[in-house]
Amino acid sequence: MKNYRKSKKRLPAISTASLPDIVFMLLFFFMTVTTIKNNTLLVDNNLPNAEEVKKLEKKDRIIEIFVGKPSRELVEVLGTEPRIQLDNKLANVNDVAPYVLSELSKKPDAIRNLVTVSLKVDKDVKVGIVSDIKEELRKVNLLKVNYTTYEGNAFANVK
Amino acid sequence: MARNNEIPEVNAGSMADIAFLLLIFFLVTATIQTDMGLDRKLPPKDTTPPLPINERNIFRVSLNKNNELLVEDDRMQMQDLKDAAITFLDNGGTMVGNEDYCNYCLGERSSSSSDNPNEAIIAFSSDREAAYGTYILVQNELTAAYNELRNREAQRLFKSDFTEMEKAYFDPKISAKTKLELKENINQIRSMFPMRLSEAQTNMNL
Repeated sequence: MKNYRKSKKRLPAISTASLPDIVFMLLFFFMTVTTIKNNTLLVDNNLPNAEEVKKLEKKDRIIEIFVGKPSRELVEVLGTEPRIQLDNKLANVNDVAPYVLSELSKKPDAIRNLVTVSLKVDKDVKVGIVSDIKEELRKVNLLKVNYTTYEGNAFANVK
Repeated sequence: MARNNEIPEVNAGSMADIAFLLLIFFLVTATIQTDMGLDRKLPPKDTTPPLPINERNIFRVSLNKNNELLVEDDRMQMQDLKDAAITFLDNGGTMVGNEDYCNYCLGERSSSSSDNPNEAIIAFSSDREAAYGTYILVQNELTAAYNELRNREAQRLFKSDFTEMEKAYFDPKISAKTKLELKENINQIRSMFPMRLSEAQTNMNL
């Protein structure tokens, strides 16, 4: 009797054996949910906000074009004039059409007319460069564009 | 001697630490990419001359280099743009009895505004020096005007929001039968308020 009471006083140690399982579950969740960026950004890419957004569904049907001021490390070399980034290098407006066509030729035939061009443009860029790009896209008859934005209050775009 | 034959148990105490390390690595390196935005279709590049359009069917929106909004040659606040666009699109100016009379419009039916949502065009032009953020804001407000009208009609006819219907349509888990049904409904709403948003250079007779 005395012995029993003595053992009751000590709290049992909490088993931590399932902790690795829990952490692994979290790990797998994050590994599946997140996508690792496949190209490093050479330009600032602070997208504007919009509310009436639609999701861009299939990743393989998208061609991305980035526009923005060169990032901070590159400002000394390239200045602050907005630049276009195609894939992993900076380019001029007249490189847009050849790039888009070469990307398009890499896609399988069946989805070629479903390809959307995603314009990822920094919100401080002037509209002029964007309309130049759109003009280039019209020339090669790629007419589906998506102004990629963050989801949020659009009035935050105007300071 | 007998004790040495037993296989010692592997210590799994540090497993949690290793897993945490991996978890933190993935948290830091991976960024959730945004893949949403405003869809637009650019006008095809052909040389067919545009059909003459009645001035009352065009709603001119422009953005100048100081990011100021001009609607039909008057300055307007961004907050009022959506309502102005809705008033224009929903006007339905054609009189009862005519063939393109709009029987679902709830607007003022003014003879100086658009005849029918099918003919109403929003012409948006922006100065090259305007900021892209403001440009997106205008695009957003105009899309909001269309979506609000489409939602209204979808609620009336199908008891569901148009934006919800579109979202359900693009959901990969949907069955083929409901998808076909939804497509029909979506197309019906789209034909009631077609999105005729032009960014082409329209001649302005100033």
